[in-house]
Amino acid sequence: MIVADGLSKSFGDNVAVDNLSFEIHPGQVTGFLGPNGAGKSTTMRMIMGLDHPKSGTVTVNGRPYHSLPWPLREVGALLEASAIHPGRSAYNHLLTMAQTNAIPKARVNEVLELVGLSHVARRRVGKFSLGMGQRLGIAVALLGDPGVMLFDEPVNGLDPEGIRWVRNLLRSFAAEGRTVFVSSHLMSEMALTADHLLVIGKGKLIADTPVADFIAQSSRQFVRVRTPDPLSLTRSIERAGGTVIEESDGALAVTGLEAAEIGDIAASQQVALHELSLQSASLEEAFMEITGSSVEFRAETGAETGAR
Amino acid sequence: MTPASSPVDRVPPGHYGFLGALKSEWTKLRSLRSTALSIATMFVLTIGIGALVSAARASRYANHGFKSGFDPTRVSLTGLLFGQLAIGVLGVLVITAEHSTGTIRSTLSAIPRRPVVLAAKVVTLGFVALVVSEAVCFVAFFVGQAIIAASAPHATLSTPGALRSIVGGGLYLTVLALLALGLGTLIRHTAGAITAFVGILLILPLILQSLPSSYIAAIGKYLPANIGIAMMSPSTLPDSFSAWTGFALLSAYAAVALLVGGWTMVKRDA
Repeated sequence: MIVADGLSKSFGDNVAVDNLSFEIHPGQVTGFLGPNGAGKSTTMRMIMGLDHPKSGTVTVNGRPYHSLPWPLREVGALLEASAIHPGRSAYNHLLTMAQTNAIPKARVNEVLELVGLSHVARRRVGKFSLGMGQRLGIAVALLGDPGVMLFDEPVNGLDPEGIRWVRNLLRSFAAEGRTVFVSSHLMSEMALTADHLLVIGKGKLIADTPVADFIAQSSRQFVRVRTPDPLSLTRSIERAGGTVIEESDGALAVTGLEAAEIGDIAASQQVALHELSLQSASLEEAFMEITGSSVEFRAETGAETGAR
Repeated sequence: MTPASSPVDRVPPGHYGFLGALKSEWTKLRSLRSTALSIATMFVLTIGIGALVSAARASRYANHGFKSGFDPTRVSLTGLLFGQLAIGVLGVLVITAEHSTGTIRSTLSAIPRRPVVLAAKVVTLGFVALVVSEAVCFVAFFVGQAIIAASAPHATLSTPGALRSIVGGGLYLTVLALLALGLGTLIRHTAGAITAFVGILLILPLILQSLPSSYIAAIGKYLPANIGIAMMSPSTLPDSFSAWTGFALLSAYAAVALLVGGWTMVKRDA
């Protein structure tokens, strides 16, 4: 269980995290979704007590991180694969971690086995591939067999097989009753992995919702209609109970009516149709649409968002 | 939730602490090549240069009559002034390597109370530095005396002041390693911290030389490099602190660097 209350952080004039409040519950995978630079990593570092919040508090299992009696036995984190000295072997890195929290050496070998790195345990980490580094990071997170696990962009740099492996691992941790908090900038990945979503943009909380609801809300379907006479068709569609939004290139995005119904209306009004097509916004587009207003460096794409 | 067979199941009473931090720091130190490399460099520089200077000074003593101020103990320890740079690098790297590689975040996730981490580093580095520094000083002394004995009067451990100079030289290097750790904690960047360390030892004396001589006499004895020379010299030098006063002052410098470094470590984001 992780509880944040009014968490804020700024670096100079740049507000990285803006008054975030949330609860992350055990037994499910909670996805932390936002574009790059939205404040996900900063939030995770504040949970771990690495960055100091400007204001607000965050607790893990009811305590601030720095007062956990055995931090690694309560919280396991993959913050970034690079948080390991390249000149040290995987075994020695895990050993340095284990020794701080009175975790037996046998557990070091156990987690190396678990992530499939036993055969390279004595090799210097600098020689590891990106995927092996990520596996080692996961071994670190598993070391204390913690009930709360944080993963910052765990699938970065992994091949499809590795991505599937991480996804299944996270799901199994949640199934065991652990609190699993995983950040990503990929909506499609979160749709497959997470049960619950925290969505942030520009450091602000945008959504705190079950994944299914988020998808249902955001992946709307609509019918695109092109006609030389948009005004009269719009009136007719609205009379029939549809909702019309005019897109930037003059096409009409219609919701609330089936394509066939719209075709019938056009025929009865003797309005010519140049296009009548069912469109559905992808998850990625839905995500862009929702975070769009809070994305810092986004190109101006106007009303096209979500329509392709 | 937790597999029953897991050894991690047995949560020990109490909480994480200093002993675990010490073990971890020891593992960190011994598991990096840079540790062995800086220690080896210190041995080569200190003993090698000590041997060269011993041979040169003994020969000038014998053949050219440069007898005044010839102190065989001090001559054999001359290499320390070079070896000190290597142990400084070791002291700096103990903390800056964690920042440059991001390991500090792993470390602090395991030991969130930062002063515990720094204290464990001080004890581990201090112990290792003391052992290797004393070893290198004794070896440099014996190697130097063996060379000097061929052509000039040499010292033994029972020569007045000799043993104190050897031990003092080792203590000097040890405290320098801790001073370097303090600078590294404060500055965080390897290159910056090493530059500061070298600046204090080698550049400050040069700057001082450009000042009027009355200043040199008054200020010179406070410089770490001059304290070092006092600590490794059998007799008290003019315009200089005694060996033990110098040792206390140098330790105070290191303590200030570590305290200020520790304070910023607690205040800043990792």
